[in-house]
Amino acid sequence: MNEAGFPVLSLITWLPLVGGVVIMSVRGDEATVASNARWTALWTSLIVLALSLILWVKFDPTEPGFQFVEEVKWLPEYGVGYKMGVDGISVLFVLLSTLLTPICVLASWDVITKSVREYMLMFLILETMMVGMFCALDFVVFYIFFEGVLVPMFLIIGIWGGPRRVYSAFKFFLFTFAGSVLMLLALLAMWFQAGTSDMTVLLKTQFPPAMQTWLFLAFFASFAVKVPMWPVHTWLPDAHVEAPTAGSVILAAVLLKMGAYGFLRFSVPMLPQASVAFAPFIFTLSVVAVIYTSYVALAQEDMKKLIAYSSVAHMGVVTIGIFTFNIQGIQGALFQMLSHGIVSGALFLIVGVVYDRIHSREISRYGGLADRMPVYALVFMLFMMAANGLPGTSGFVGEFLVIVGAMQVNFWLALLGGLGMILGAAYMLYLCRRVIFGRLTKADLRTILDLSPREIAVFAPLAVLTLWMGIYPSSFTSFFDASVAAMVQHHTQAMAAPVADPTGIVVKLAQGLH
Amino acid sequence: MNAPALMNWTLALPELVLAIVGMAILVFGVLRKGDATFPASMLTLGGFLLAAILVASRTPGVGFNGQFEVDSFSMFMKELLLAGAALSLILSLDYNRQEGLSRFEFPVLMLFAVVGMMIMTSASNMMTLYLGVELQSLSLYVLAAFARDDARSTEAGLKYFVLGALASGLLLYGIALVYGFSGTMDFAELTKLLTKPETASPGVIVGVVFILTGLMFKISAVPFHMWTPDVYEGAPTPVTVFFATAPKVAAMALVLRVMSTPFGHLLGSWQLLIILISIASMILGALGAIGQTNIKRLMAYSSIGHMGYALIGLAPGTPEGVRGVLVYMIVYVFMSAGAFACIIAMRRRGRAVEQISELSGLARTDPGLALGMAVFMFSMAGVPPLSGFFGKLYVFLAAVQSGLWALAVIGVLTSVVGAFYYLRIVKVMYFDAPAEAFDRRPAALSFVAAATGLFTTFFFIFPAPFVNAAQAAAKALF
Repeated sequence: MNEAGFPVLSLITWLPLVGGVVIMSVRGDEATVASNARWTALWTSLIVLALSLILWVKFDPTEPGFQFVEEVKWLPEYGVGYKMGVDGISVLFVLLSTLLTPICVLASWDVITKSVREYMLMFLILETMMVGMFCALDFVVFYIFFEGVLVPMFLIIGIWGGPRRVYSAFKFFLFTFAGSVLMLLALLAMWFQAGTSDMTVLLKTQFPPAMQTWLFLAFFASFAVKVPMWPVHTWLPDAHVEAPTAGSVILAAVLLKMGAYGFLRFSVPMLPQASVAFAPFIFTLSVVAVIYTSYVALAQEDMKKLIAYSSVAHMGVVTIGIFTFNIQGIQGALFQMLSHGIVSGALFLIVGVVYDRIHSREISRYGGLADRMPVYALVFMLFMMAANGLPGTSGFVGEFLVIVGAMQVNFWLALLGGLGMILGAAYMLYLCRRVIFGRLTKADLRTILDLSPREIAVFAPLAVLTLWMGIYPSSFTSFFDASVAAMVQHHTQAMAAPVADPTGIVVKLAQGLH
Repeated sequence: MNAPALMNWTLALPELVLAIVGMAILVFGVLRKGDATFPASMLTLGGFLLAAILVASRTPGVGFNGQFEVDSFSMFMKELLLAGAALSLILSLDYNRQEGLSRFEFPVLMLFAVVGMMIMTSASNMMTLYLGVELQSLSLYVLAAFARDDARSTEAGLKYFVLGALASGLLLYGIALVYGFSGTMDFAELTKLLTKPETASPGVIVGVVFILTGLMFKISAVPFHMWTPDVYEGAPTPVTVFFATAPKVAAMALVLRVMSTPFGHLLGSWQLLIILISIASMILGALGAIGQTNIKRLMAYSSIGHMGYALIGLAPGTPEGVRGVLVYMIVYVFMSAGAFACIIAMRRRGRAVEQISELSGLARTDPGLALGMAVFMFSMAGVPPLSGFFGKLYVFLAAVQSGLWALAVIGVLTSVVGAFYYLRIVKVMYFDAPAEAFDRRPAALSFVAAATGLFTTFFFIFPAPFVNAAQAAAKALF
């Protein structure tokens, strides 16, 4: 049995679905059903959050391998099993997912009035898929969760979204699906090569370098779309703008992390040679993403679009960190992912607050909100600064570590990647000035109300975490110290070891040269 | 063939019993006064059930002087096609009554078609093969034109007949060529004769191509798919369900057996053909469906695409590949039957409607039906964890194992294109404004949709028994 004494990972993965079944079985008139759905979803997600805190307490940070492992036979003849487990890299993302789901439920409390029951069901399904994906230790299981996310998200955007929801939902689904099916082929090739789809075995399997190149490209197709990296990021602004607030939160906070997590879990450790070979390519795309999308963000008139583009830029920093292959870079990437998960989620909630009141996301519709909404302005400033990477907030630690890591690789990479912080400050402060400060001239803004207690309850945990991560990052980095160190060591060894070359092409080439 | 003179007729007991039941129902239908459709249908269902039990209780062997073979492969396929036929028969009950098609010949024709299909799956001789194909086809021609006062249905029947007769001719010509150049029609003999591909005469190869052409017509693979959209659209919907399930299983069984057993060693000669047909079917199935407004036509293109995916598993010519095809067929039969159950439920003010736009806002007016349809659509698109994903998983695995990368890559890319039109149906049901509600649907439809929906949704929990059965069946061919 595992460290918790019971299958905690499966429990937090599948419990939301049980809540979903409860929601669907409620009968009665519309108001009863809606209120029942809200409360059931909230309680389910809170219980899941409480259960996931067991991971926080019982997780052994000194152990680099997988913990809380559980395994059930599924298709034993083909080496496929239902295997779950977390290590330092994934454990915090499980917590991030379980934390954000109740927040999303709470944020949609009064806002969603249409098909509340189905809405809450979608978020619970989404939680199952997200948690399952971060826990999966079997490739087939991973793929199922990875793809399973698409269906609820497609419906959330399409049913509860804005005016162009159909276009955005299709674009989101088809972009991601196209990338993922190519990954499926890579998965099958690795499965065939290793004879098992157990990820703990695959992590130790050496793949021939020629094969690695193709596998890397297939993984890249999937993860690059999900991250999203420039130039396949175009689905993201559309999806974000049209999705309801809570949908945007999950999209930005967790779904984008799936791509980066994929790079960390598969590409870098399983395909070390190809990863090194492709690193300059990734760096180029990331730097373009950081600089280009920051400029695009500067020109946006729609608040959600601005934050969506800033997400692309921040995720560019993450991919730079991952492909530095050193401890600082990868730790920075992980920290930046967590920080971005909380901060970007909060930023979308912030936009949602005014959108719920005024029903517009146009920046020019606002101005001088600080007069009427002091608490809101405070929260706005806090997360804005965290997004900029102000020291003392979570954003700083991640970006700083990534720049340190990048500096060891290449000075220019660090310089250009670091430019994102400056440009980020530019567009965020510009946004702040136009929305929060200035003169309050718009008539309907004179009566706008400040945050309600429910909204404060939504922002409070995120604000606390942002400051905690910024002021005392060790409580978080300690989780992944050991795992990242082991990963970097594994990578160095793999690169130092003689290349597995079954066909002997490299040897023959070398002989031919002499 | 150790005992060539052996009759061993009990091997064909399920087929014999079913044929006798069919004739008994004919007599019963003629003698009985008033509408005999319902009792005849129930008797037919009982016949299917009895046949299924009898099939399961056979022990593998060869009978009828080597013309008829029962092995785990044929047993697997028979069970599957019986399930498909039974589901389509249940779906026909209320539809035929509402459309004024209540005639007891309907279940009987279905039954004889099934007998033909069962003979097809057990064929181990070219003659048996042809006999089965013709018994099946003749019944299907009549079924397609069953709504005889409806011009579209008559057109469908005629079209299917003319093109089907052509395909049968090609098949027969191929059989003749193979016989002429090899001197035998027996599968086992052919296997021995054709062990060395380099010694095979070109005449045999040409014969194989003709046989393949005839069979590809039956599974409606490109470029022999022309009839499919028209027949699917024109035929009464329960007949379309039947066309989409049982005959596809039987024809696929023939393709697998003929290509793997007698002509298995000629893999090098026919592999490219299968690859091209598979790619063409996937591409046409994906692109052709995009512009459709009639849901039955859309399903026709979808089934063309599905046959393309299933053929991916045949291309490697390995047991793993055949296993993939078999898993695909299980998944496909239940998915299609379920999707058609939802389509049959599309009735407004007593009239069947077939336009995709009629589904508008179904999620609001009938959440259960919309959910069912959405499950089938996502499953057909191959989205995990639904069963359609597993079907694709195993055929792609076989392609990857054999290094058929072009096939695999084109396959996954067309599945993205295919996802678009499946999603379009979900979009119409969930994102669009509600239209008028459909009529109350009969319990039988709900039952079939729910049963197949549960199978499709929860296949991922217990795939092992199905995959293992497919594995055992596939081994019997090699």
